[in-house]
Amino acid sequence: MNLLIKGGHILDPSQGLDAIGDLYIVEGKITWVEPLKEKRPLGKFAVIPASGLLVCPGFVDLHCHLRQPGYEDKETIASGTRAAAKGGFTTLCCMPNTKPPVDSQAVVEYVQRTAHTEGVVRVYPIGCISKGLKGEELAEMGELAAAGVMAYSDDGQPVTSSRLMRHALEYSLAFGRPIIDHCEDKALSADGAMNEGWVATRLGLKGIPAAAEEAIVARDIALAELTGACLHIAHVSTAGSVDLLRRAKDKGLAVTAEVTPHHLTLTEERVMGFSTQTAHHTASALWYDTNAKVNPPLRSEKDRQALLEALKDDTIDAIATDHAPHTIVDKLCEFDAAAFGISGLETALGCLLSLVHSGQLDLKLLISKLTWEPVRILEIKKASLFPTSPLPWGLGTLQMGAPGDVTIFDPSKEWVVNPNTFASKGKNTPWAGCQLKGQVMATVVAGNLAYRDDSLRLEGQSA
Amino acid sequence: MRTNSLIKMERHHIIDLDDFSQEEIALIFATTDAMKEILSREIRRVPTLRGKTIVTLFYEPSTRTRVSFELAAKNLGADVVNVTSSTASVAKGESIIDTMRTLEALGADVIVIRHFQSGVPCLMAQHLQISVINAGDGCHAHPSQALLDLYTIREKLGHIEGLKVVIVGDILHSRVARSNIWGLSAMGAQVVLCGPPTLIPQELRRPQPLKGGECPFPPLTIQENLDRALEEADVVMVLRLQKERQEGGLLPSLREYIQLYQLNSARLSRAHLHALVMHPGPMNEGIEITPEVAHGPQSVVEDQVTNGVAVRMALLYMVTGGKG
Ligand SMILES: [Zn+2]
Repeated sequence: MNLLIKGGHILDPSQGLDAIGDLYIVEGKITWVEPLKEKRPLGKFAVIPASGLLVCPGFVDLHCHLRQPGYEDKETIASGTRAAAKGGFTTLCCMPNTKPPVDSQAVVEYVQRTAHTEGVVRVYPIGCISKGLKGEELAEMGELAAAGVMAYSDDGQPVTSSRLMRHALEYSLAFGRPIIDHCEDKALSADGAMNEGWVATRLGLKGIPAAAEEAIVARDIALAELTGACLHIAHVSTAGSVDLLRRAKDKGLAVTAEVTPHHLTLTEERVMGFSTQTAHHTASALWYDTNAKVNPPLRSEKDRQALLEALKDDTIDAIATDHAPHTIVDKLCEFDAAAFGISGLETALGCLLSLVHSGQLDLKLLISKLTWEPVRILEIKKASLFPTSPLPWGLGTLQMGAPGDVTIFDPSKEWVVNPNTFASKGKNTPWAGCQLKGQVMATVVAGNLAYRDDSLRLEGQSA
Repeated sequence: MRTNSLIKMERHHIIDLDDFSQEEIALIFATTDAMKEILSREIRRVPTLRGKTIVTLFYEPSTRTRVSFELAAKNLGADVVNVTSSTASVAKGESIIDTMRTLEALGADVIVIRHFQSGVPCLMAQHLQISVINAGDGCHAHPSQALLDLYTIREKLGHIEGLKVVIVGDILHSRVARSNIWGLSAMGAQVVLCGPPTLIPQELRRPQPLKGGECPFPPLTIQENLDRALEEADVVMVLRLQKERQEGGLLPSLREYIQLYQLNSARLSRAHLHALVMHPGPMNEGIEITPEVAHGPQSVVEDQVTNGVAVRMALLYMVTGGKG
């Protein structure tokens, strides 16, 4: 079926496009976008009336956990991709910390095959850095590249050994694919459950200091300089990490970084149930809220401000959800015993738009950080082996001939977050009960509707 | 009962002292006075809580706190059920939510909970209709201990406002210290924390004011030199030092700790003559405190234990609605 998205506000930062008008998708590809002068395509179209709505390239998530294989009680590729579609994401890069982990061709192919048969958006698995995520020996990165991974990560675990990290970076040079590190000095963060700061002191919880992240960010940057390889820092959460990244970029190193919606919008005080800063809280239903337990932890307001600034000056390249679904049992327990993670795909846009509505972030910048900037991070650079990217050309953009991946959202529609209506199996969200402004109305993948809001009605048209 | 006129308790749970006002603490003192009067009678029992069931649920061994609550409940005529993590009812693997819901369904009126992880009493209060009293959770809070400390100070020195109270030792891991910081500050005492920097939370050593200049903690003085901290002190609270702190890399040796932070007679002489020596127990005599000081004329450790029962009677009375 060919699609005509009619009368929307088309925003495509990859080509500086900002216009009201129509967008045509024929045979799964973008074929005509306002304000093109050429003749519009002819034929039968299903019409999405998009007046008053924003029309963007489909969002690309660099970092999510789909849990399959191995943890299907938390999420499956079927449920996770539906959550993605509901959140406006058309491409997911999923982390390899499954059971078994994505450290062999067989598991890569399993994820690809399952995504093909059961998924509703594009899924690209990230491969392991080390065999079995053990941090001891390198995974067969060549085999993984051949099977179709576009990056390597041991996410969930940092690469503890500096020597192994050096070798991973060096070895990756042959394939031109980035190494993504979850930066955490485990000796420093040991047993920590939240940010080290006044809230942790007040609640008697063991803290994870900012230095636990910064020490490894500094190490990784030094190793990126030593090896000349591409390094991508996952979920940056502290002002200190931002400073280190800024210096690395000033030096011209091949270092990129991402930040999550929750680190941009929430602070450590959320663990006490508060999102604004007031000193004297009394115990509420949200004290020790395990839905605000995430790694890296929600940090201070100073850190949050630094992350926002870094996003604006491109020190941080992209926004990634770190969607980490868990079961109720994983979260309904003692704070120390609860799992780390937030189920974030379905709330990402709504909470990021709160930054736009409050004047903290520009809408175009936000869209570029969700679309073409993440794609640029995954471009393969100077690979002498397996130089073909598994990602098709044209993700994150609405240029002619690009895949017909489009996200359509209403920036001012208000809704209340109800985890029971999530498509994700993970109901673990710190936004439960919160009113968000901005909701996805339709998500199109290769010209097919992967998601449509009930209130949106399609019409037929032929020309 | 006489206390009827004294208190109208709104508080359904007692989790920490951080939101208690001076007036509310004074009200608890008045109720405790009435309970002490009961304890001084020939028959030290009243039927105030007859028909009520109090469950003590202890995930961490603490004979003295459990027995203190048990006696308090029995003195008020309540039935007491003791559940510890070694008994079948808190079998390994059973979730704490299931355990607490079971106890509620079985008809408990109050749960007195001790847990090694911070926040568990809060979790219970969020999920249960019945009252929850925190008998100590992780490094978070131990409100009944702080209240009995405050009560003992008031009883011995007549007032709390304006007193210099030094808390010595492992502040970092101490729920007793944390609750006392809130309670003492609410009552107008000047609180001095003393210990090696590794055992004092960074946030208390280097407080960062929040946006708007507010401070998330009451005003505190940090003094790493115990001799100096003790000058002009009215009260010295000594905390128990866990021997594991050395293995955790927080202390070089017990020997050095003793040299720098043990409360001995020579050091105590720097404090006021009337200064009280307190300890939440159990004491490591010879480590954080010398036997001479622990059992000397200034020690009020035994009064703390006695007052503990009366304070806990007051708390049980209050959370059950204060109806006599
Ligand atoms: Zn991670």
